[in-house]
Amino acid sequence: MGAGHGGALTARYLPGSTVVHRLEPHPKLVAVLAFALVVVSTPVHAPWAPAAYAGYLLAVLGAAALAGVGPGRLVRGLVVEVPFVAFALLLPFVARGPRVEVLGLSLSESGLAAGGGLLAKATLSILAATVLAATTEPRALLRGLQRLRLPQLLVQILMFMIRYADVVGSELHRMRVARESRGFTGGGLRGLRVLAATAGALFVRSYERGERVHLAMLSRGYTGTLPAGPAAAVDARGWAVALALPAAAACVLLTGTLAG
Amino acid sequence: MTAPPPSLLVEDLAFAYPDGHQALFGVDLRIEKGERVALLGPNGAGKTTLVLHLNGILRGGRGRVSVAGLDVTKRSLPEIRRRVGVVFQDPDDQLFMPTVGEDVAFGPRNLGLSEDEVAARVTTALDQVGMSGAADRPPHHLSFGQRRRIAVATVLAMRPEIIVLDEPSSNLDPAGRRELAEVLDALPVTLLMVTHDLPYAAQLCARSVILDDGVVVGDGATHEVLADAPLLAAHRLELPYGFSPRPAG
Repeated sequence: MGAGHGGALTARYLPGSTVVHRLEPHPKLVAVLAFALVVVSTPVHAPWAPAAYAGYLLAVLGAAALAGVGPGRLVRGLVVEVPFVAFALLLPFVARGPRVEVLGLSLSESGLAAGGGLLAKATLSILAATVLAATTEPRALLRGLQRLRLPQLLVQILMFMIRYADVVGSELHRMRVARESRGFTGGGLRGLRVLAATAGALFVRSYERGERVHLAMLSRGYTGTLPAGPAAAVDARGWAVALALPAAAACVLLTGTLAG
Repeated sequence: MTAPPPSLLVEDLAFAYPDGHQALFGVDLRIEKGERVALLGPNGAGKTTLVLHLNGILRGGRGRVSVAGLDVTKRSLPEIRRRVGVVFQDPDDQLFMPTVGEDVAFGPRNLGLSEDEVAARVTTALDQVGMSGAADRPPHHLSFGQRRRIAVATVLAMRPEIIVLDEPSSNLDPAGRRELAEVLDALPVTLLMVTHDLPYAAQLCARSVILDDGVVVGDGATHEVLADAPLLAAHRLELPYGFSPRPAG
């Protein structure tokens, strides 16, 4: 399943010891969230919006450079954006209002601005999240979320996802091997039916595993909350370094609002 | 000086699942402190149902279970689960935390121990199963045999009165099997081992109990139980080809 040695989710992480890697996870999470908030609060129809997007881009690329995250890694991170791109490309065609001619197509002006804005904002936020994912191990992220008081239940669900992604992945892989060993090639309506049966079987197996894991947890005194280990304190400098990214973005936004 | 209470005392335990299927029909079992006992029986004999009663996961049938003198009741559950360490068959079910160290720490933290004490117990437990130095590794990086030994460490860290192992030798390669046997042999606790693996029972446990159709049908020295061919045959138990039981030297 392409899980490789490090596991499907751990593969997002690039080991390193840059200043960004050394930051505790929760200031980084706050920084990325704050950056995304600044980016989305930029008015799309303001004439200075493109300049602001360029400013944000510079800030996030600076952070990526500081973290040693290369352009290839950043571009791969953008793959999750594809559905947004499709939607953003649709907007100029379906939006109302004054229209402009581009290459013989009649497009809505406000649709263009909205679509472009959506695309830019999504791209910028995902770039920041990619830097976070590349410099923070999944379990450190969980620790960060726990520190930020995300509801216990959500943290536990995420934790199980990280732990069991590879287990379920290899189960799926074994089922595929078993299918193909009996001459299944896929394709067509019949193929879909077989795949649906596989998905069903995988669901049942995972559900049963969930029950067994729960039993094992109860057997060791689980009462509904995950006991957290010792947490490192974050000094003012750590917070300052992490929050430099959203602060830079906020400066860009402020400048635009005042000058525009 | 009075003798310590038995590590495990099961009296007239009967249990039916909510769907009406009755799994246990009055089980009696007494295991003294420090004993090594193999629980043998065919599939569907009620072995797993019995194990789940030992730490109070299943309750509500007839009879009584007590661990080192403490009855299993709703109120005593936290202490019962500290005293009874169950090692489940699939280590991937048992090891659910992102790293080995956090997983071994899960039980002690549930007991509310201080972080210093938790850290000390994690180190000791990993040491006892020959896995010191693995604390920071994610479980999926380890071999199956290593994961099973870590699963043993996760209950050792709770300093249990009795360790219950469900099919400990299943899916292990010969070296993994031997390594686990060495670990189990060196543990200073009472041991109850649920298994189909009769040579493993002979190697590790002086006493064997056969459970079938929800009742205890055989109980005695392992070499005698395994030499009783009609008893084994009556309960779908078979020695591997070429294996002959003899008293442990």
